[in-house]
Amino acid sequence: MARVVVDVMLKPEILDPQGQAVQRALPRLGFDGIADVRQGKRFELEVEGPVDAAALARIDELAETFLANTVIEDFTVRVETDEKSEEPK
Amino acid sequence: MTARIGVVTFPGTLDDRDALRAVRLAGAAPVPLWHRDKDLHQVDAVVLAGGFSYGDYLRAGAISRFSPVMETIIAQAKAGMPVLGICNGFQILTEAHLLPGAMLRNNHLHFICRDQRLRVENAETSWTSDYSAGQEISVPLKNVDGRYTADEHTLDELEAEGRVVFRYLDGNPNGSLRDIAGITNAAGNVVGLMPHPEHAVEPLVGTGGTDGLGFFTSIIKKLVNA
Repeated sequence: MARVVVDVMLKPEILDPQGQAVQRALPRLGFDGIADVRQGKRFELEVEGPVDAAALARIDELAETFLANTVIEDFTVRVETDEKSEEPK
Repeated sequence: MTARIGVVTFPGTLDDRDALRAVRLAGAAPVPLWHRDKDLHQVDAVVLAGGFSYGDYLRAGAISRFSPVMETIIAQAKAGMPVLGICNGFQILTEAHLLPGAMLRNNHLHFICRDQRLRVENAETSWTSDYSAGQEISVPLKNVDGRYTADEHTLDELEAEGRVVFRYLDGNPNGSLRDIAGITNAAGNVVGLMPHPEHAVEPLVGTGGTDGLGFFTSIIKKLVNA
C-alpha cells in the first residue's frame, strides 16, 4: 500500500489566527526567534493499488474538490516513498 | 395556496426545530427534510439550518455539501428555488459554491453568542422583501466559524451588485471582511447569513423581539405571489 500525503495550507494572504496564537505563545515557552507560524492540515491517504499518473490525477481532484477549499487554501500532493520515515521517533 | 418550506436535518444540525417552528409561525407549512433523501417532497423553498453538520470535521459545511439532499438542492437552487442558509447553512452554501467566498475561524478564535444588530442592505431578495433597505434589526448570533472571506474582486462585485444583504452593526463580531453578515447570489433566490433569525420569532425567547420573522414572511409572500 502506498501513502500519498496531501498538505493543505491557508493561502498566504488569509489571516491565520490559530497560527498567530501559537506564535504568540512561543516566547512564554522559551522559544525565541520564531518570526511567524502558520497552521495547516496534513492528510495521509493509504492508497490501494499502484499510485500511477491516473491515481494521482484522481487524488489531485479529491484534494481540489474536497480536502482543500481553494477559495482560501492551497494544497500539495506527494507520494511518500521513504519507508524509514514512517518509523516513529 | 400554503407555501411548503423544507428544513434540512444533517447529522449535527441543531436549529432545524427552531427553523421549522419559525416557518409555521409565519404561516407556511413546515416540511422536515433528511440529508440522505434526495427527494425534496414538493417544497417551494428550503432552509439550511444552523448547527455543526458532520461535526464541522474537515471544514464547516464541507462534508454536508456532498450529501444526497444537497445534490438536489444545488440543482434546484440554480434553477431558481429559494434557499436560505443560516450560520452552518451559510457555510454549506459557500462550500457548495452557490454563494461566493468562504467562511473561516473567527479572528479572535472564540465562540461568540450574543444579540447582534444588523443593517438590512438589500430588501429585494426572496428572503428579505418584508424588510426595508437601511432597516436595523436584532437577532441572535452564535458561531466560531463566522469570518466571511472573499478576494477583493469578489467583494467589490458583491458591493457593486448590491449583493451584501446584511452588515454587522455595533462592532464586527468575527473579523468578517467589510462587516458582511449575509450575502445573496446574483439571482437573489439564495441568501446566506451568519446570525439566526429563526431564534427571534417569538417575544418570549431569543432577543425578546420578532425581528427574525420577516425572513419567513418574505418568502411566503414571494411564493404566494409567484
